[in-house]
Amino acid sequence: MDATAALTTPSATGAASADAVANPKIVAKNVNVHYGEKHALKDVSVDIAERAVTAFIGPSGCGKSTFLRCINRMNDTISICRVTGRITIDEQDIYDPSLDVVQLRARVGMVFQKPNPFPKSIYENVAYGPRIHGFARSKAELDEIVEDSLRKASLWNEVKDRLDDSGTGLSGGQQQRLCIARAIAVSPEIILMDEPCSALDPIATAKIEELIDELRQNFTIVIVTHSMQQAARVSQRTAFFHLGVLVEGGPTERIFTSPNDRRTQDYITGRFG
Amino acid sequence: MTLIYIVAMVLVGVGAYLTGRQKGVAFAVAGVAPGGARMHSLPSYHGFYVAVAAVAPMLLLLLLWQPFAPRFVEMQALSSLPQHLVPTDELQRSTRMREIVTLANGGQVPDAPAGVQAGADAFVLWRGLADWALLIFGGALALVGFGWATRQLSPEFRARNRVERVVKVVLLACSAVAVLTTVGIVFSVLFETLRFFSKYPWYDFLFGLQWSPQTAIRADQVGASGSFGAVPLFAGTTLIMLIAMTVAGPIGLFSAIYMAEYASPRVRGIAKPVLEVLAGVPTVVFGFFAALTVAPFIRNTGEMLGLNVASESALAAGLVMGVMIIPFVSSLSDDVINAVPQSLRDGSYGMGATKSETIKKVILPAALPGIVSAFMLAISRAVGETMIVVMAAGLAGNLTFNPLEAVTTVTVQIKTLLVGDQEFDSAKTLSAFALGFVLFFFTLVLNFIALRIVQKYREQYD
Repeated sequence: MDATAALTTPSATGAASADAVANPKIVAKNVNVHYGEKHALKDVSVDIAERAVTAFIGPSGCGKSTFLRCINRMNDTISICRVTGRITIDEQDIYDPSLDVVQLRARVGMVFQKPNPFPKSIYENVAYGPRIHGFARSKAELDEIVEDSLRKASLWNEVKDRLDDSGTGLSGGQQQRLCIARAIAVSPEIILMDEPCSALDPIATAKIEELIDELRQNFTIVIVTHSMQQAARVSQRTAFFHLGVLVEGGPTERIFTSPNDRRTQDYITGRFG
Repeated sequence: MTLIYIVAMVLVGVGAYLTGRQKGVAFAVAGVAPGGARMHSLPSYHGFYVAVAAVAPMLLLLLLWQPFAPRFVEMQALSSLPQHLVPTDELQRSTRMREIVTLANGGQVPDAPAGVQAGADAFVLWRGLADWALLIFGGALALVGFGWATRQLSPEFRARNRVERVVKVVLLACSAVAVLTTVGIVFSVLFETLRFFSKYPWYDFLFGLQWSPQTAIRADQVGASGSFGAVPLFAGTTLIMLIAMTVAGPIGLFSAIYMAEYASPRVRGIAKPVLEVLAGVPTVVFGFFAALTVAPFIRNTGEMLGLNVASESALAAGLVMGVMIIPFVSSLSDDVINAVPQSLRDGSYGMGATKSETIKKVILPAALPGIVSAFMLAISRAVGETMIVVMAAGLAGNLTFNPLEAVTTVTVQIKTLLVGDQEFDSAKTLSAFALGFVLFFFTLVLNFIALRIVQKYREQYD
């Protein structure tokens, strides 16, 4: 499929020069994923820009979440899943056998579809990552990391008086921001978000989107979303997946105003999906 | 005769069902026709309704009849005996009735007095009359119920709602049986316990250190005074339970962790059923194993090390009991660990935690309440277990916490106190009920706590 290369190869439309990513943080080349017999992702190649928000859109089952989970090797936990191809972060192959997946995941944080705080206190939720990676040498240092992460996730003011309460007692939106704080606490370079607002109401969603926009200054963010409006609001670049194929990618504005591919056009105008 | 009556009930039920359903089908056919009334319930509900209306009075009559009819027949038989044979006390009465029933059933009673035959004849007569009366009354009631129900049937009749109400009552009755049985057991044990405490002070029972359960037959016999201080039994039970949990706790929990988190589906598919087979081994077989294999092994090993080990040591019983309850701990813990949502694992792995960090810091804390309740259920199993300790633990109520000595447990003593010919009003036998009550109360509290913890745990992820 020619269109899979849309992000890297100049295409015939002339919009190509604007499509190329100057200094990509993540580079994927010919990534294929099989779940047992099922060929879930076909020859996906994409560049993802540093300190920007890249959105993956597409109908359900199109492979966008699967691809997202390749970037921090979460698919390793599924025994029947097989990944081929090459994904590099800062030009380092993340499927290199000598690479420690634990260190990779410390660099690539993840926020999931459904808020999944641990059944521990708010403080312990955020302190979890720094503790297992041994970031903090003292209690004071850990306190600082926790406060800093909660502030960055704009949750600090809401929870500073009840850090010892259970994280599961927060509202859905607060739980999701707690999960973002938890991911930030290990100071990753990349944050992957798998439909982070799909379980939230519009107000909580607006808060998270605002937060994503702020986080872009410090982190490279990849977000999977079902909502095209959300992709348009928060992302600088967008990639459209369909049936396991990366159909088209490029600056969000161009994808939404003058898509190259017929399928992209049909999807963003709501003709299917 | 009761059998014939039950067959009659079934036949009446089937007949009434078919009739009712036929009427229902007729309504349905009429309802489809233009201008016909639409039917509320399906034809089969009409059938069930009529069947219930016919059978229920029959069943009720049988239940009321059963306790009274035989007594009535008996009275008739006894009153037709010649004057000199009429019994004057309970013992005579039951002897006489035995003779009458044997004769009535065509048996031989060689040394029966001549007049008894008259009683037997009366017995046969009245028994026949009673049976026929039951059948006729039952049939009449069924007919009344049937007529009443069929007259109610109409297209608008809400047969479904009525039948569902009947089903609800039947279900309620079934669960009431279980609950009432439990209550009955509690009270029967409680009353005997109170009788025991009227003979023996309860504080001496609960806090006494001397256990030698015996009651004197003569005032001057040797060892006439028994003492029922149950502390040695509680101590022995606790000791064996602790040994068992020391074995079953870690092994059960670790095997559960392995099964749930590490084992490949193939290994899990084989190992889990095999482990659960352990739960199916009859405890008496574990008892052999404890008494014949483990106890001598421990004694020989102890002797080699220069230790003094009793041949029926608490250690042997406790170890085998521990092996017995491993499946309880592992199977329940495994379920609980599997119930921890995958999203928590993902969350932890996504932070870069290793498998063992995830298990230690996320999964086990999340599953802890469930694991605790699994342990509690295992403890109540261990405390209530009888066969292994009967065979492998001792009988002497030693107050000791040395696992190499023989101790005895509450269950062993209950069994020992009640086995054999005993009168049921001596302090000796009644003390068994007091022990049983303590045991019941203890396991009840444990189960209650375990259930509460599990409930709390369930709320966590909703």
